[in-house]
Amino acid sequence: MNYLTKENGLLSWLLTGDHKRIAMLYLISLSFFFFIGGALAGLIRLELLTPQADLMATDTYNKVFTMHGVIMIFFFLVPSVPATIGNFLIPMMIGAKDLALPKINLLSWYLYMAGGLLALYTMMTGGVDTGWTFTTPLSTHYVNTNVLTTGLAAFIAGFSSIFTGLNFIVTIHKMRCPGMTWFKLPLFVWANYAAAVLMVLATPVVAIAIVLIALERTLGIGVFDPTKGGDPLLFQHLFWFYSHPAVYIMILPGMGVISEVISTFSRKRVFGYTAVAFSSVAIAIFGFFVWAHHMFIMGISNYAVIVFSLLTMLVAVPSAIKIFNWTFTLYKGSITFETPMLYAFGFMGLFTIGGLTGVFLGVSGTDIHLTETYFIVAHFHFVMVGGMLMAFLSGIHFWWPKMTGRMYPEKISQLAAVVTFIGFNFTFFPQFILGTLGMPRRYASYPPEFQVLNVFSTAGASILGVGYLLPVLYLTWSLKYGAVAGDNPWQATGLEWQTQSPPLTENFPVTPIMDHEVYDYEWLEGQKAKEVASVG
Amino acid sequence: MSDSSAITHGAPEAAGHHAHPPYLRHHFESVEQQADTTNFAMWLFLLTEIMFFGGLFTAYLIYRNWYYPAFVAASHQLSIPLGGLNTLLLITSSFTMAMGVWCAEMRKKSGLVLCLILTFILGMGFLGIKTIEYGEKIEKHHVPGFHYSLNSFLNPDSDEAAKAAGDKPLALDMARHTEVYFSLYFAMTGMHALHMIIGISILGYMIYRAQAGAYTEGHVTFVENFGLYWHFVDIVWIFLFPLLYLISRHQ
Repeated sequence: MNYLTKENGLLSWLLTGDHKRIAMLYLISLSFFFFIGGALAGLIRLELLTPQADLMATDTYNKVFTMHGVIMIFFFLVPSVPATIGNFLIPMMIGAKDLALPKINLLSWYLYMAGGLLALYTMMTGGVDTGWTFTTPLSTHYVNTNVLTTGLAAFIAGFSSIFTGLNFIVTIHKMRCPGMTWFKLPLFVWANYAAAVLMVLATPVVAIAIVLIALERTLGIGVFDPTKGGDPLLFQHLFWFYSHPAVYIMILPGMGVISEVISTFSRKRVFGYTAVAFSSVAIAIFGFFVWAHHMFIMGISNYAVIVFSLLTMLVAVPSAIKIFNWTFTLYKGSITFETPMLYAFGFMGLFTIGGLTGVFLGVSGTDIHLTETYFIVAHFHFVMVGGMLMAFLSGIHFWWPKMTGRMYPEKISQLAAVVTFIGFNFTFFPQFILGTLGMPRRYASYPPEFQVLNVFSTAGASILGVGYLLPVLYLTWSLKYGAVAGDNPWQATGLEWQTQSPPLTENFPVTPIMDHEVYDYEWLEGQKAKEVASVG
Repeated sequence: MSDSSAITHGAPEAAGHHAHPPYLRHHFESVEQQADTTNFAMWLFLLTEIMFFGGLFTAYLIYRNWYYPAFVAASHQLSIPLGGLNTLLLITSSFTMAMGVWCAEMRKKSGLVLCLILTFILGMGFLGIKTIEYGEKIEKHHVPGFHYSLNSFLNPDSDEAAKAAGDKPLALDMARHTEVYFSLYFAMTGMHALHMIIGISILGYMIYRAQAGAYTEGHVTFVENFGLYWHFVDIVWIFLFPLLYLISRHQ
């Protein structure tokens, strides 16, 4: 008996309050949106295979990259790790029976679906071509595409995100089991907590910005309209006040996954646990004060540029703390190379490149040259796809045995991890070079001298596509044919591994007590010894 | 199952010692934990609401600094008696709501129902007066957009409210910026009114449930949390009233 078999039928899933079932609902729907967004990315890369705009008209191209951005950001990256892995594991990691607000959790999924389906509807009925940033006055005055429905979709998805974040914060504060103090929380929980704070505080600001855009388009109010004295820059301030922290909403939970995976497969306590925990909080705090680095060339004052440039450098510090501490965790660890660990290594390499190129963009001098070129595209995708998506896949493989009770096939999944890594570098590394050479983003055509690198990039994208399809196939296969996983196949220390796989509906037969340190592998050895003794 | 027993022995047997009230959800250990948790969640939700309105207040702050004369002249078009009456209605409704929470805690069913109905009526009264105010704006073409008219600001003598306030004609450029004021006026009071409508709908539901005795048998968190929401919406208005109506009235 477990959470999967307790009840059957579609309704028992659609009306469930169980955080694990909701996590699975999210996993299925997220994957669906990921592949739609991925197909759109495929179209973009196909168009860019040749210098002319020949596969599609230029305005269609605008719609395609806009919908790619909207779907990937609002319907994949923002909810990805928190809504699936976080939803499934946070209650288990802190020894709780469920999230604090199960109905709100389910509501959050329905809002996500409503927003997602609305976005799909928008795509079917003509799409939107403002770019995912809805920049005014383009979005309020100059385009005749579906800005309203797309905005509404993002607005609804925003509430889904707010409710998830709120639920996490409340759960982590109030639902911890006896003995589970703040500094015994797994780093995954710390990272999700920091991301949840961002969700709760930043998302409402973009919500009001979207409302104002909608009012401006429908009723003609003038908050962002320069002809009436409004200022389009204000929209950008409000938008980036959310959308910059949003990248930390996306990356922080991924960093949490990496902490768990690195510790488990080096069989060592995470080096500098407290520093890594606080670096998550620091990223969340600093993340609120750097938004204007998206606006260096938009006409903000030079003094503001200097201040935001400096603050942007500061974010590199906690991010580097994480990378260094993971590296020190590996030092003298008993490292094994299972799939989650391969993805984690991929994350560390690609995120470091993505993060360092972020410094180029944070320095206003280089940013003026590089902004609005493919350098931005490459930087963002190194952090979000190379970083976040690697972390997501790492986490899915790592906790797959816990979620489903089955092992994924190891060899082919290791192959998929390597294919993803190679395909990723082929796709996005050339874009750094294209960007420094000056190829602008968001155009369907480009000068012919850029073609070679674009062909590289498109070829890489097809390899990357294979890398993402493989897990869908073998993970689905493993649901039925995978080896039975057992309770703790990785010999990991988290509370979630000390209960059965797949877990009971209420996670633990009896409320656990956290009577040892977090990442305490000696304690785990002791438990095994005790068990052997009691059996013997 | 074998591993799970390792950490579970010795755990306190939370369930089963005494009968739980029916409203205790299965995943909480105690009623206190449940009440504490939902309360905390409500405060967090109000924090998101502050950030939501915060965007509007930021916009207001900037434009009021830039276009102060336009904001003063435009604010003279609002009726302080009506706005003041609305403030009074909302403060009173917050009092009746607080009394409602007290009645629920004291298990006074009829008192609770009465308080909720009073709150409901006061909220409706607020929206009614707001509708009258919006109506005036529509009549005078002060709704931003295609039909917006600058007449009251270019020729204040032709406008009763402007004349009464002793407004001087604004230059065309500044007069145009009154539209930004009214954009913010409608966005801010509109968002506030939307929150009122949501609150009143929930109140209707609560009155229906309270008559069946739902909140007067010890489980008061819903009333308590709704009270927090209602007070929050009230406080937003307490900021909106001086910012929108009383801009130049401090001299």
